[in-house]
Amino acid sequence: MSEKSQNDPGSSMKRRDLLKGFATLPVVGAFAYGAWRKRRQDHLRNHRLIRELNMSTGDLEYKRYAHDGDAIRLGIIGYGIRGTQLMKAAGFVQPETIRDWKESAEKDSRDTRYEEFLGQDDLNVVVNGVCDLFDVHAERAISAASNVGREGPGGSMEKTPKRYRNYRELLADKDIDAVIIATPDHWHANMAIDAARAGKHIYVEKGLACTAEEVFAIRDAVRESGVIFQLGHQGRQTESYIKAKEAVDKNLLGKINLIEVCTNRNSPNGAWVYDIHPDGNSRTIDWKQFEEPCETKHPFSAERFFRWRCWWDYGTGLSGDLLTHEYDAINQILGMGIPESAISSGGVYFFEQPDHYVNEVREVPDIWNATFEYPHLNFALLYSATLANNRDRGKVIMGHDGSMELGNSLRIYACPESTRYREKIESGLIQPDLPIYTYIPGRKNVDGVTTPTEQYFADRGLLYTYRGGRRVDTTHLHIAEWLEGIRQGKQPSCNIDQAFEEGITAAMATMAYREGRKVYWDREKQQVV
Amino acid sequence: MNSKNYSPWQLWSLVLLRVAIGWHFLYEGISKLMNPDWSSLAYLMDSEGWFEGLFHSMAGNPSLLNVLDFLNIWGLILIGAGLILGMFTRIAAIAGMVLLAFYYLSHPPLVGATYLIPSEGSYLWVNKNLIELITLWVILLFPTWNTVGIDRFIFNKYRN
Repeated sequence: MSEKSQNDPGSSMKRRDLLKGFATLPVVGAFAYGAWRKRRQDHLRNHRLIRELNMSTGDLEYKRYAHDGDAIRLGIIGYGIRGTQLMKAAGFVQPETIRDWKESAEKDSRDTRYEEFLGQDDLNVVVNGVCDLFDVHAERAISAASNVGREGPGGSMEKTPKRYRNYRELLADKDIDAVIIATPDHWHANMAIDAARAGKHIYVEKGLACTAEEVFAIRDAVRESGVIFQLGHQGRQTESYIKAKEAVDKNLLGKINLIEVCTNRNSPNGAWVYDIHPDGNSRTIDWKQFEEPCETKHPFSAERFFRWRCWWDYGTGLSGDLLTHEYDAINQILGMGIPESAISSGGVYFFEQPDHYVNEVREVPDIWNATFEYPHLNFALLYSATLANNRDRGKVIMGHDGSMELGNSLRIYACPESTRYREKIESGLIQPDLPIYTYIPGRKNVDGVTTPTEQYFADRGLLYTYRGGRRVDTTHLHIAEWLEGIRQGKQPSCNIDQAFEEGITAAMATMAYREGRKVYWDREKQQVV
Repeated sequence: MNSKNYSPWQLWSLVLLRVAIGWHFLYEGISKLMNPDWSSLAYLMDSEGWFEGLFHSMAGNPSLLNVLDFLNIWGLILIGAGLILGMFTRIAAIAGMVLLAFYYLSHPPLVGATYLIPSEGSYLWVNKNLIELITLWVILLFPTWNTVGIDRFIFNKYRN
């Protein structure tokens, strides 16, 4: 101790006071240093990885499609399950549905269907004509189309559209510019071709058609007429697919060699064994017109009418309904087009009991797998489907250097044996069990280091539902894109060329199953053989 | 009890415990502050048990959620700094207990409760939130800040 402090006990007390009072202050310094180092390390790793991958960061802008000028006058052909969804996406919902949404939202604040519908852009369209062969559906379509105020029962209903009993009369209506076709698949070709010839712009649901001949005929008619055409693959609007294309274009996966896509459902509804409407009978349904394009005629069957996807006369089952979505998602990313060959196999293995049905057991498989070969691109595409188990198998694109898992979010993992990433894996910059790139729509930033929790929520749609970027219906965007195309005279993203590739590929897979053989595409002659 | 009656080992072990809990709070707060995407939304949505309705409705209200996020982040930081420095320690300890009670009540480890947010251990009724809460209670009842901490100057200034 110094002399001074010996002589001054007060000063010694003061110093001890200070020392004890501030004894934990160095802890704050240590904390600040540790936090700074950790942040710097995370930042450096993230930054180096992003720079290495050369991917864009940030969300896509919410692009509003143009809807200026005169209102586009629509005709709706088919107002079943999908027709109802398409009308909603275009801005038209029945008052009763609005009432149900409102009531549900009052009970459960997480039910935002009503709020989201009100927030949906007005696309500046009117519905001037509707056509459905079932009276109940036709009446509902009229009610939805008239509900321009987006109100519940008792609201102002105006601009009642005309009901047509035959789509050809609707196409002859001069007050209709464009049609939305959401009928069973066996009608798509006739309707699309007639619509094109009548000069009406076309939005047609997938699958494009049942056979390759129909696909060729639709393409010819659309090309000759020059109408604006959009096939109903709303996945074209999904942000993560657009990011996925960027990742593939920047060669993050290396040489792609295998693509796996799947469908997994597990309910009668998912297997198209829909409810039969109690008012559906031979007086309320125009059965004769329904089966007009079919070679084989059947006596009236409400079951066939409402569950049409289960029989080859009206659809192609998993091929046209669900393979097409998966195929189009991959075609959007890779642009691989029509495969050189297709094989497929499957069967009715779960919904095979008569007690699943009223009169007839289905024809189309509920378990079905197809393989498409692309030898000119050195890869194969596998599609695997079950309608009796809904384990989520996702979509995976596999390359020599990495794999991409695709859903609403997107994750890319480096392959442990990758050539491109070898050095980075060895240096520890890349860990093969952690994604090197993650994209979750609605997040402000893209990063290479995302916690498992965040991924968990993103995949369940919880992370960005209530905050920040708004959630938008992809079908709404897809219709909006088509309408913008009509206004600006340009073909949209799922145009007739994309639709042609989808239609031929699905038809090849259907043929392979039904004819029990490998089906080829002759690229030179542009023929299915 | 007065901290002057503690043996040096008793005093410094209590200080160490206080600082460690403070460190945990501070880093939880700082890491959330540094992550622009952080939100309590997912945590609140994941709530189960006695008050899940209350926590879900908090998540369902965007403006309330913003306020909660702000309070949570700065609450964690100030509580953490207070415990480490021994500054307004009593208030920090009580506020920390309140926050931990919220965390515990939103995710009680009940028989039959399953949470999406993965838990790093195995818990039944008692989890680390509850243990930290009880520990803060001990910190509160065995004051150390009058000896080791800035409160020594704030509250003891005129006592001697």
